[in-house]
Amino acid sequence: MPEETSVIEIADLRFAWKKEAQTVLKIASLQVNRGERVFLRGPSGSGKSTLLNLLAGVATPQSGMLKVLGQELNALGSAQRDHFRAHHIGFIFQMFNLIPYLSVVENVILPCQFSSKRKHKALAQVDSLEQEAIRLLDHLDMAHSDVLHKPVNELSVGQQQRIAAARALIGAPELVIADEPTSSLDADRCTAFIDLLFRECDNANATLIFVSHDNSLVAPFERTIEFHELNSAVSDNLPMLHAVS
Amino acid sequence: MAILGLAIKSFRNRKFTTGLTVLSIALSVILLLGIEKIRQGAEASFTSTISGTDLIVGARSSPVQLLLYSVFHIGNPTNNISRHSYEEINDHPQVEWAIPLSLGDSHKGYRVVGTTAKFYQHYRFARGQQLQLEQGQWFSSGYEAAIGAEVAAALGYNPGDQIIIAHGSGDESFITHKDKPFRIAGILKRTGTPVDRAVYVGLKSIDAIHQDFGGDAHGHDPLMAHHDHVGESGQGSLSAILLGLKSRGAALSMQRSINEDGHEPLTAIMPGVVLLEVWQMMGVVKQILMVVSGFVVVVGLFSMLIILMTSLNERRREMAILRSVGARPVHVFVLIMGESVFLTLLAIGLGFSMVYGLMVLLQPWLESAFGLYVPINWPNTTELILLMIIALCGFVVGLIPSIRIYRYSLADGMTIKV
Ligand SMILES: Nc1ncnc2c1ncn2[C@@H]1O[C@H](COP(=O)(O)OP(=O)(O)O)[C@@H](O)[C@H]1O
Ligand SMILES: [Mg+2]
Repeated sequence: MPEETSVIEIADLRFAWKKEAQTVLKIASLQVNRGERVFLRGPSGSGKSTLLNLLAGVATPQSGMLKVLGQELNALGSAQRDHFRAHHIGFIFQMFNLIPYLSVVENVILPCQFSSKRKHKALAQVDSLEQEAIRLLDHLDMAHSDVLHKPVNELSVGQQQRIAAARALIGAPELVIADEPTSSLDADRCTAFIDLLFRECDNANATLIFVSHDNSLVAPFERTIEFHELNSAVSDNLPMLHAVS
Repeated sequence: MAILGLAIKSFRNRKFTTGLTVLSIALSVILLLGIEKIRQGAEASFTSTISGTDLIVGARSSPVQLLLYSVFHIGNPTNNISRHSYEEINDHPQVEWAIPLSLGDSHKGYRVVGTTAKFYQHYRFARGQQLQLEQGQWFSSGYEAAIGAEVAAALGYNPGDQIIIAHGSGDESFITHKDKPFRIAGILKRTGTPVDRAVYVGLKSIDAIHQDFGGDAHGHDPLMAHHDHVGESGQGSLSAILLGLKSRGAALSMQRSINEDGHEPLTAIMPGVVLLEVWQMMGVVKQILMVVSGFVVVVGLFSMLIILMTSLNERRREMAILRSVGARPVHVFVLIMGESVFLTLLAIGLGFSMVYGLMVLLQPWLESAFGLYVPINWPNTTELILLMIIALCGFVVGLIPSIRIYRYSLADGMTIKV
């Protein structure tokens, strides 16, 4: 039963980017349940993005347990982890989320090119991926023809982030991860964006991990994780970080 | 596959720079293939210049020089062959036929060759092809001429037209035989050999005009040495003799006997041997050209490498995005590799079709200006190997950034490096 409800399960995890490099992550335990909206807060350089790389199966921990959607990622080969990510996780980055040479719609349907599962899910209610992309963009108020036909790098940052959100949501992945998606937006655009994200995650029945160092965004989230409390490697490293900066 | 679609779209996005790369590689392909095509055309027309002639005899000179003036009408004989020697050779039991050639005159820059009907009968080119007439007939007696196809085309001559022969070679000759115009009796079919660029007249008539000319009070003639006007008409000395032997096997001994035994210092050559010798001399030029175009290929490929490498850093972001949506490092590798393969193949295709386009365009000009017939045919093995080498080099060049981005994408994961 707990397998059913927990989306992320971590125990005694330890990670360094290279074998001899210093430990970036040391997490005793973390559990995130299905449907939760988690705000992950911590200063930059503290290893938040690194944790997301682990959740995505792009990097693997040196030790400890890491389960996503009940799947022990360490038990998968690299190809299987890449497929797992394609099938189950939607990503939004801080900025420059879009592939410059693809159109808006092509950018949105990109995950379906790598995951047949998401493609099938996306096609559940509509006839074509383009239609599904436009449906999602419409929800995000981005389906105007002047937006759809512009080269993506001519769009505003806010517009780009909403397109990135549509891409993260297409094919209803179980887990949506947003790595500082609002840090290049101004304050009211921020709240509007978070509202949209909440609504769409609800529609898609997705769990949301929202990473930021911006305290002002905490309010709407039902759960906040302080990264320095979660990651005991941070306190070890912090003197180092200060020394460097 | 989705990744190939991406590669093509990314390529389209950077049309201009990639277009330039494609062009520079395509140009190198044109150079390389073009040189190879011209070499083949040159070799084919060169080695098919004369066939069926077992020996060429001339006054003592270097074999190459003899070949050049007797067959290619390039340069002049330093000395002549006396009639006496000609008769001796002609009467030799091994000799099937002997074609006398007298080369000392020209018409508007085209060589005038004094010879006999035997030339038309026995001269062979390519794989034993005989001379044929396009219009009219071979000259008979009197002041008649048969002209090569190119002479006719360039000067717009028809049978029945009258031409005036000038003494000496070259475009502008001061001494002309105006009083003795020649009537064009016939025009030869195109052969792709120097025959196309010559005017053939009877040996007797050429002797005659020189005799008349010699009697004229025109002052000294610097080229008179080429025509030693003793005896009656048709008895003047010769520039060269083409020999057909009764048996090919006799060529070597016949050559030796002409070179060593005669009263006159003569040189006999086997045209095939000397043609090859001359061709090999030109082979060095071809090799130099090949090396130069090889360098052009290297430069073209380098420009591709540079473009791929400089775009690599900005594309690391793209790779992180692709990784985040589920792309494998292999996909990322294929994306860059696919692009270089695509660029290389496109460039080769472009260069290839441009070579053929150029050949279609330039073929008539090459033929008329240089007597170089470049046949338009399917690429042969050498050309295919050249193309494959270029393709292979392109792929190897593409491997460098591809492997690099593969490593990056493993190391970076989804971390976007700005
Ligand atoms: N791909 C990577 N390779 C090596 N080191 C990395 C990589 N990504 C991040 N790091 C290092 O890991 C540490 C944590 O960085 P990061 O996870 O990006 O922090 P945050 O997202 O909290 O700002 C930093 O010291 C950073 O230099
Ligand atoms: Mg980060």
